[in-house]
Amino acid sequence: MVAVTLAKDRYLENFDRFARVSAGSGQEWLGLVRQAAIARFAELGFPTIRDEDWRFTNVAPIAQASFARANGSGAELSPRDIDQFAVPGLVGPQLVFVNGRYAPRLSSPGSLSDGATVSSLAQAFTDARTVLEPHLARYADYARDGFTALNTAFMEDGGFVYVPRGRVIEAPIRLLYVSTETADPIVTHPRNVIVLEEDSQAVIVEEYVTLGAEVYFSNVVTEVVVGQNSVLSHYLIERDSEQAFNVSTLRVQQGRSSNVASHTVLLGGALVRNNVHPVMAGEGSECLINGLFMATGRQHMDNFMRVEHASPHCDSRQFYNGILDGRSHGVFSGRIIVHKDAQKTDAKQTNKNLLLSEEAQIDSKPQLEIYADDVKCTHGATIGQMDEGAIFYLRSRGIAEDAARALLLFGFANESLERMKVGPIRKYLEALVTQWLPQGKLVEES
Amino acid sequence: MGPNGSGKSTLAQVLAGRETYEVTRGEVLYEGKNLLEMAPEERACEGVFMAFQYPVEIPGVSSAQFLKAALNAIRRARGLEELDAMEFLALVKQKFKVLGVDEKLLHRSVNEGFSGGEKKRNEIFQMALLEPRLCILDETDSGLDIDALKIVASGVNGLRSPGRAILVITHYQRLLNYIIPDYVHVLVDGRIVRSGGKELALELEEKGYALIEGGAGAAAPGRR
Repeated sequence: MVAVTLAKDRYLENFDRFARVSAGSGQEWLGLVRQAAIARFAELGFPTIRDEDWRFTNVAPIAQASFARANGSGAELSPRDIDQFAVPGLVGPQLVFVNGRYAPRLSSPGSLSDGATVSSLAQAFTDARTVLEPHLARYADYARDGFTALNTAFMEDGGFVYVPRGRVIEAPIRLLYVSTETADPIVTHPRNVIVLEEDSQAVIVEEYVTLGAEVYFSNVVTEVVVGQNSVLSHYLIERDSEQAFNVSTLRVQQGRSSNVASHTVLLGGALVRNNVHPVMAGEGSECLINGLFMATGRQHMDNFMRVEHASPHCDSRQFYNGILDGRSHGVFSGRIIVHKDAQKTDAKQTNKNLLLSEEAQIDSKPQLEIYADDVKCTHGATIGQMDEGAIFYLRSRGIAEDAARALLLFGFANESLERMKVGPIRKYLEALVTQWLPQGKLVEES
Repeated sequence: MGPNGSGKSTLAQVLAGRETYEVTRGEVLYEGKNLLEMAPEERACEGVFMAFQYPVEIPGVSSAQFLKAALNAIRRARGLEELDAMEFLALVKQKFKVLGVDEKLLHRSVNEGFSGGEKKRNEIFQMALLEPRLCILDETDSGLDIDALKIVASGVNGLRSPGRAILVITHYQRLLNYIIPDYVHVLVDGRIVRSGGKELALELEEKGYALIEGGAGAAAPGRR
């Protein structure tokens, strides 16, 4: 317990200096938000397993570790160094962040016409205050969650996307976060703010990768505001180092008749917490929450869904597939909250898990909180091994047993990828998933 | 043919190599080799094909991926060059045409969301593509409407050739209006109790199995 207090105190001690020197430090409105957030963090601290929402995930390794602040290291990277993270066939604006800081030399924001903006958050603090101020920290609730409070206090950079009314941006906008080797393990607090005004459309791809970094902590918050009748797809691809910590919160505020798809693929990290929290605030909105998590070794991946139906006639669909090997531990908590006035809600949730080893573990916890009386909510979870009947079917067609198993595993993962509409991203993920599979080569060869 | 529980599907599964069955005695000679010593995939590569009574759904694996993997595994075993994506597509499309299968099938997951008839038709399509030498149809006609039945039958008839044996397991005479059998065997309690030509199927249809079962004791004296 002493250690926990120390780590928390260190954040608190560092705050004053941070608030003076960080991006946007001259702006009073931002200063007030950060102040309020650090005050709340001082009260909340880090969650423990006594907290119901964190029952299966012990964040002591984060709470007890002493992470340094990023000091601008990695700035020497050249575009060549990040070639390996290119998505073949993907054309569109790309912002690259190295150790949490925007790296203009590695980025290609492009120039969007008609008032659409893709920039770093640090720049938006000054350039886009009128868009930012009404939304920043209004949805991601730092009063409730220590990690969000910590991010809000220390937020400094990240992706900022603004799509004005009626504008359709077809090219996916990619936010690539690269962690490089640093003298001491560092913590970053990436903050992404995506604002889609009425009747607009965009695709955001958020990705976390490592370039030699081993132990580090990314504490991410992405706030998304989707205006009336707007369409947004969000991809989160997490492939941190196997010793890294990643806590990521996606908070989506949906307007009337909006349509949101959230796709998550977790492949890396020692301890990963993936919070997805859409609030369907406007009538007739739709939300697809699609995820795949694949863990092995001693990886821990916790997926925490909180889907709020706050208006009538909204549809939500959750599909999460998990593959757990080695001594890994997966968690899926799927909470659906149907507010009092959210009549005609149609909510569906499916979590399927494959355990590939004796020691792998999964906790799956569906939860329905329903306060309206005319709703349709279903949930289901399965935990199992591979379907021997399906293996026999493949073998009876001439496919060798190891290849049959590899193909089936691929298929299980691919169920999630098939729901993704951006072809190059899907192909990119197919390759990453295939690489991950114990016998992935056999899938490629078949 | 044979009544429920007589062992027809068991026979099919054992021939295909289903591991949930343990064969305690005897051997199954196929082209001079003992099938029972082979893994299911080896049997397939040797030319054994079973059309499943309940084809398995495989979400996330496209039919194209599955069929190409199967076809190339069998081609490798036969010492033939593997087909690349283009060659494979050309071959599949040609076979699709013959059987009147929609090309969209290729992009769908194997059997997923298929109706019963579509699944059965898919089995026949796989059979046509893989060109086995021993085809075993395990109640492929069960639950099919007359249109689906005709498609399945025409698929089977298209494959009939002197170099290929086809074992059709069925409860119903109806299929045999479209697939005219050379021989009819009646299996009761794990034994063939009667064999004959196509007339035997008609006789069964008329009189039922009771009569044959009654006489089975004499045909199989070892039976209790």
